Amino acid sequence: MTTEVSTEPTRRDFLYIATGAVAAVGAAAVVWPLVSQMNPDASTIAAGAPIEVDLGPVAEGQEIKVFWRGKPIYIMHRSAQQIEEARTVSLSSLPDPQSDQDRTKEGHEQWLVVVGICTHLGCIPMARQGNYNGFFCPCHGSQYDSSGRIRQGPAPANLPVPPYQFVSASKIQIG
Amino acid sequence: MSGPSTYQPQHKALQWIEQRLPVMNFVHSSFVAYPTPRNLNYWWTFGAILAMMLAVQIITGVVLAMHYTPHADLAFDSIEAIVRDVNYGWMMRNIHAAGASMFFIAVYVHMFRGLYYGSYKEPRELLWILGVIIYLLMMATGFMGYVLPWGQMSFWGATVITNLFSAIPLVGDSIVTLLWGGYSVGNPTLNRFFSLHYLLPFVIVGVVVLHIWAMHVTGQNNPTGVEPKTEKDTVPFTPYATLKDLVGMSAFLLFFSWFIFYMPNYLGEADNYIPANPGVTPPHIVPEWYYLPFYAILRAIPNKLLGVVAMFGAILVLLFLPWLDSCKVRSSRYRPLAKRFFWAFVAVCLLLGWLGAKPAEGVYTVMSQVLTACYFAYFLVVLPVLSRKEKTLPLPNSIADDVLASSSSKGKSLASVAVIAALAGTLVVGASQDAKASAGGNVPPSLEWSFAGPFGTFDRAQLQRGYKVYKEVCSACHSMKYVHYRNLTEPGGPGFTVEQAKAFAAEAAPIKDGPNDSGEMFDRPRRLADPFPSPYPNEAAARFSNGGAAPPDLSVITKARSYERGFPQFLIDLVTQFQEQGPNYVAGVLRGYEDTPPEGFVLPDGAYYNKYYPGHAIKMPQMLMDGVVTYDDGTPNTADQLAKDVTAFLMWAAEPHMEARKRLGLQVMIFLALLTGLLYFTKRRVWANAH
Repeated sequence: MTTEVSTEPTRRDFLYIATGAVAAVGAAAVVWPLVSQMNPDASTIAAGAPIEVDLGPVAEGQEIKVFWRGKPIYIMHRSAQQIEEARTVSLSSLPDPQSDQDRTKEGHEQWLVVVGICTHLGCIPMARQGNYNGFFCPCHGSQYDSSGRIRQGPAPANLPVPPYQFVSASKIQIG
Repeated sequence: MSGPSTYQPQHKALQWIEQRLPVMNFVHSSFVAYPTPRNLNYWWTFGAILAMMLAVQIITGVVLAMHYTPHADLAFDSIEAIVRDVNYGWMMRNIHAAGASMFFIAVYVHMFRGLYYGSYKEPRELLWILGVIIYLLMMATGFMGYVLPWGQMSFWGATVITNLFSAIPLVGDSIVTLLWGGYSVGNPTLNRFFSLHYLLPFVIVGVVVLHIWAMHVTGQNNPTGVEPKTEKDTVPFTPYATLKDLVGMSAFLLFFSWFIFYMPNYLGEADNYIPANPGVTPPHIVPEWYYLPFYAILRAIPNKLLGVVAMFGAILVLLFLPWLDSCKVRSSRYRPLAKRFFWAFVAVCLLLGWLGAKPAEGVYTVMSQVLTACYFAYFLVVLPVLSRKEKTLPLPNSIADDVLASSSSKGKSLASVAVIAALAGTLVVGASQDAKASAGGNVPPSLEWSFAGPFGTFDRAQLQRGYKVYKEVCSACHSMKYVHYRNLTEPGGPGFTVEQAKAFAAEAAPIKDGPNDSGEMFDRPRRLADPFPSPYPNEAAARFSNGGAAPPDLSVITKARSYERGFPQFLIDLVTQFQEQGPNYVAGVLRGYEDTPPEGFVLPDGAYYNKYYPGHAIKMPQMLMDGVVTYDDGTPNTADQLAKDVTAFLMWAAEPHMEARKRLGLQVMIFLALLTGLLYFTKRRVWANAH
């Protein structure tokens, strides 16, 4: 094998760099569909359409659990006492301050709609348990109040409120 | 695998690793410093291409397995869900399906290259045998993969191939039962085939490692067949062989992309878009093209056991090749007679492949028998005799000598390839003319389609009209269960607005949902996420209401119907990207009715005569007459126009991502052409130092 000193180093370098760059672009482009295919497919997205829930059968002091996008949604018919507890607590004492008014719909204060997934590590908290008349997570002991706000335990945030609206006095649409 | 490390990394941390596990030395000695003969031609890049194809198949296979459901009732549906709903699912499936064929194309080139240049001869016998084992594993893997879509060809292919084992005396039936896991091919069969289809590629990886290891011990063969003697005869693997391999791989990807993006169904069978039906065997059952030569050998022997023995023998004889051909001269370049017989053997294999796709009757059986005899004679008579009698040409002293002298002799081998190819071509053409004459002239006319060709797109207005025809006429009897109302709004489709699609869904027959709080099922209006309604609750009801013939689901009908194009038309189709047999057939049948059947044709009760329907007696009455559907856009509503519009709509329904496929295909082809060019010039620049 002979080694020659090239007389035109710049042209050669350009060819090598161009080839390497194009190959690198190609490799990156191949990764895109391989990652993208892991996202929810079109049927899953279409199935995540809004659902309607009839609140008529849920009496005061009861709650129901419905599923939307594979997640359990608690719909709790709160008592006057629960509403009062949720509204009198001082916001500064909460780990994740948020008022009960922000978490419910005006005129429908008795209805609490929250995603029933503990913000710690995803277990489902049990309703009407714990020290705050709200939710208690059996996995690691997080306690939520009657507005679904975190009060005690390892969970960092309140139970999220899903997007929903009242389509009539006794019917909501989630999503 | 390697002795004391000779490669010393600079960095301290790398040295620490290297002293404990000399992995960098292994890579350096195997893939960088490894001396490779300097005269390797592009046929040698197929080893790297095969490694690439194995990786492509494993990666896309793992992806597909994330979305596939191995269950007899759900497999077909899940594949349709992959190509319709999963992001880039259509591409993954096309890559994997066409990839199997590409893998076999590459392996056949690789094997014929080994055969031509005598790469199986001492000391590379084990290298060759490991290769034959890989080939066998590939065949098993490819077969089981073909079963997974659970279409008609999947099911009947599985039935026929597993029944091969029943030919084994005494234990045959027990082996078949073991393969099936039941009384017949069914869900347990599908489950175990899926499991094995996932396992075997990794076994192939293991044997490939041994194959490459064996090659690194003996060194590569080369076109002269003369072993490298001095350093002048070799170049380091990197950058020389690596770059040449990359050029080959990139060019191969270009060829591969043609199938992925433009001809995805060219290498498959239309019948496999019909869900598996254990009650009906397709009239013309063929395996995938890469098994055809062996299928022809199987059918050539009119005895069950002997046919199976001959078929497996045709592959197993390759294991003994190193001893059947004992000639000391490796390369056919220096064996004038062996070279001619080699090309004759290539022609025999091609012709056997062609015969494997023909019906097993008459002249085809005789030809298959003659060619089967030729196939075995090549290995058992020609090669042993030649290796004793042939007068070989003088070998060059060394590879370096040959490289210096080679510039003059380049045209010769090309010319011989051309002659043999032309010879094989005329033989096949001649034979196929007979076949065509007997097939009869009931081929539907080729219509002009806006979606044909590399830049074809759907005509939105036509799809909207076609939907109207489907809704007002076809949907009375035919379901389209894979098409959802949401699809009507998707890009590349009929272009309905979301409001229009919602209205279509709401006015369609309601869908069963539930149970509600009181545990009862209830009807609710359809939404965008729901499929088109089925006119009958189940297949038995559909059959009962239609004189015994259930109207087929129309979701993939334009991909599930086809007709023979014959040789050489099917090769021309590959270049012109003709793949509109399905739409031509559907439009043809819709307009192919004749009031009075030709003389001598006895029409069964309740059937109608149709020129293009196989057997001509169709249970569906003529539905499309002039003016049965009113168009809103002023297009004349002649029966021809209605048929064409609804067929275009059905084509879109069968492949909703066709426009995305062709668009992405163009981008990929341009990119790969650029990359191949750049790699080629880089390779030339680098190799300039070596000459």
